[in-house]
Amino acid sequence: MGGTGVSGVLVARALRDPASVLALDAAGWTALLCAARAETLIGTLAHRVEGLAIPAAAARVLADARAAAEQGRMAALWEAEMARRALAPSGMPVVLLKGTAFVASGLAAGQGRQIGDLDILVPRERIDEAEALLLSAGWEWVKPDPYDDAYYRRWMHELPPLIHRERDRMIDVHHTILPLTARVTPDAAALIASAVALGNGLSVLPPEGMVVHAAAHLFADGDLQGGLRNLWDIHCLRAEFGGVQFDLALAACAAQHGLTRAVERSLRLSAHLFGEGAALTLADRVYVRRLLARDGWGPRTRKLTEIAFYLRGHGLRMPPLMLAKHLWAKWRSGYRPAG
Amino acid sequence: MRHATMLRIGPVGFRIGSDWRAPIVALDDLYRDYPQPQDSIPDFTVRLFAARPWRRWIRPAVHLGGDFVIPEAAPLPLAQGVLAAEMAMNLQMALGQRRYLLLHASAVEKDGRALLMTGESGAGKSTLAALLMARGWRLMGDEFALLDPATGMLHGFPRLISLKNEAIGVMEAALPDARWGPLLKGTPKGDIRHLVPDTRAIAAMDAPAKPALILFPAFGHQVAERAVEPSECFVRLTQASTNYVARGEAGFDALTGLVRGVPARAIDYPDTDGAIALVERLWGELA
Repeated sequence: MGGTGVSGVLVARALRDPASVLALDAAGWTALLCAARAETLIGTLAHRVEGLAIPAAAARVLADARAAAEQGRMAALWEAEMARRALAPSGMPVVLLKGTAFVASGLAAGQGRQIGDLDILVPRERIDEAEALLLSAGWEWVKPDPYDDAYYRRWMHELPPLIHRERDRMIDVHHTILPLTARVTPDAAALIASAVALGNGLSVLPPEGMVVHAAAHLFADGDLQGGLRNLWDIHCLRAEFGGVQFDLALAACAAQHGLTRAVERSLRLSAHLFGEGAALTLADRVYVRRLLARDGWGPRTRKLTEIAFYLRGHGLRMPPLMLAKHLWAKWRSGYRPAG
Repeated sequence: MRHATMLRIGPVGFRIGSDWRAPIVALDDLYRDYPQPQDSIPDFTVRLFAARPWRRWIRPAVHLGGDFVIPEAAPLPLAQGVLAAEMAMNLQMALGQRRYLLLHASAVEKDGRALLMTGESGAGKSTLAALLMARGWRLMGDEFALLDPATGMLHGFPRLISLKNEAIGVMEAALPDARWGPLLKGTPKGDIRHLVPDTRAIAAMDAPAKPALILFPAFGHQVAERAVEPSECFVRLTQASTNYVARGEAGFDALTGLVRGVPARAIDYPDTDGAIALVERLWGELA
C-alpha cells in the first residue's frame, strides 16, 4: 500500500511524461497523489494528465484539484488587485512575483499552480510607505514575536508577513529577492526597472527575471522546501520562452545579479527532472536526492540530507557568527527543522 | 507506514497509516462493514505517527498527519488512537474537501428526503441524529453533510457517531444491542465513545437524499420553535461550512439554492424526548 520508495520520482516522471501514469496500479496512484499534494504540485499534475484514461477515483481527485487551482487563480488575481488599489495613491511601481505573476501573465507555469501568499516587489526606499498604506487598507502584522519582527526588518528581503484581517490572505512585500545577509546581492533597482507592465497598474518581471528569481529562491535562500515546484516553474518558463535569444538574456540577467551559478544549476536540474536531460555534477546529484526524497505517505525521507540542507540554506543566508546566534535563538523558542 | 488500512465513508475514501498496530486493529473492527475506496484509490491519506522514533514506546503520543494538517493539533495518548484517526479524517474533510459543499451538520433521511441539523458544538446534533436512527430514520451522518453543488442533493458521510459525556449513557439505553468503540475518558472534550451506525446506514451510504428541512437545535428551558428566514439560514450555514469560501461562486449558488428551497426552524429543547417529539412533529407538518 503506497510503499516507502521515493515518491518524488513518481511526481517528476508524471509531470515530464504524463502518459507514464497509464502504467500505474492503485498503490502507485495513491502514492503519486499523496506525494503530489505534499509537493503542492497536484493542480499542475491534474492539468498535465487531463484527458488521459485514468481510474475514476483518481480522475475525481484531480478534477477537484483543477477546480481548486482555478478558484485559487481567481483569488490570487483579486488579492493582487486589492494590493494595487491600496498602493495606487503612492504611484510606486508594484511588481508581482512567483505564482501570482504567472497567472496574471497567463503563463504555462501558472497552469494548475497552487498560489499561497501574494508576493510583490517594491522599491526599497519606499517600503515604509508601502507598509503604511497596506496597514491602513486592512492588512495586519502576523508575527507576534519581537525577535522575528526585528530580524525581518533588519536582515530580510521583505517586510514581516502581513495578513488581511477580512480576507485572511497573506502578503509578502519584498524590496529585493535575497536576504540582505546573503553573500550575493542582486540589483533590486535593476529588476524593478526591467519589469513589464501588464496594463492594469501592475507589472511582472520579464521571463529571464522570473527564472533568476526562482533560481535565487531555490539555491541561495531556501533549504529546498518546495524545490520541485520551483524547478517546474523554471522548466515551464524555459519551454515557453526558450531559444537562443532567451538564453542570452537569461545569462546576462543572471550575471548582472550575481546568480550565474544558481541559474545554471537550476537549468541543469529542471532539464534533468522535467526536460531533455542534462549532465549533472556530483553536487547536482545531492540536490536531486534531496528534491525527490518523499515517501508514498507524504513525509520527507532522508533526514540527514534534510538537516544538511537546512544548515546549508542558513549558511548561505548569513555569516557564521550571526548564524550561530540565530539558530540558538530559534532553538530556544522551540523551532526544529520541519519533518 | 508500519500499519495501514483503507475504508470508504459515503463518497470519500481514506487511507490510514499508523506507527502503532492498535489503532488500525480497532478501526478495522469498528469499520468492518464499510466498503473499500473506489478503485482502491483513496481521496485522502491520514497518518498517526510518533514525532520521534522512541516515542513509539516511551510515553507514546499520537500525532495527527495527512494530506491536510493544522500545525497546532495536539497529540493524543495511544489509548485514544481511534479518536486520533477520527480527528485526522475530519481534518482532511474540513480542510481538503472540494467536491461537495461541506456542512458541519448531522443528517437523517426518510422516504428519500433529508433532515439537516446544525448548531454549535454541544447543541446535540450527534445525539439527535443517533436517536432518530434508533427510531427508524436512516442516519446520513452525525458530523458532516455533503451538498453537491451540481445537483442540490445531499450525500451522506456516516462515520462513527461521536458521542460525548451524558449522550453516551442516553444512547447506550436507546440502543442496547449496538456496537461501540472503547470508552475514552479524559479527552479534550470530556468522555467520548464512538457508536457504529446501524447496518442500514452503512448499506445505504451511497444513496443521496433531497434536503427537505433544516433545524438549528439548542438546549433551552422549554420546548420552543421559530421559523428561520432564508437570509439568517444562509448566514448560519456559511458559518457551518468549512469550504464555503474555497468553493467560491459554486458554494454561493449551492447555499442560496438550499436556503431558498428548504424551510428552516430553530428549536429549543429541555430534554431529548421533547426534542424528538418536536422534530417528528415538524417533519410531519411538511407538505
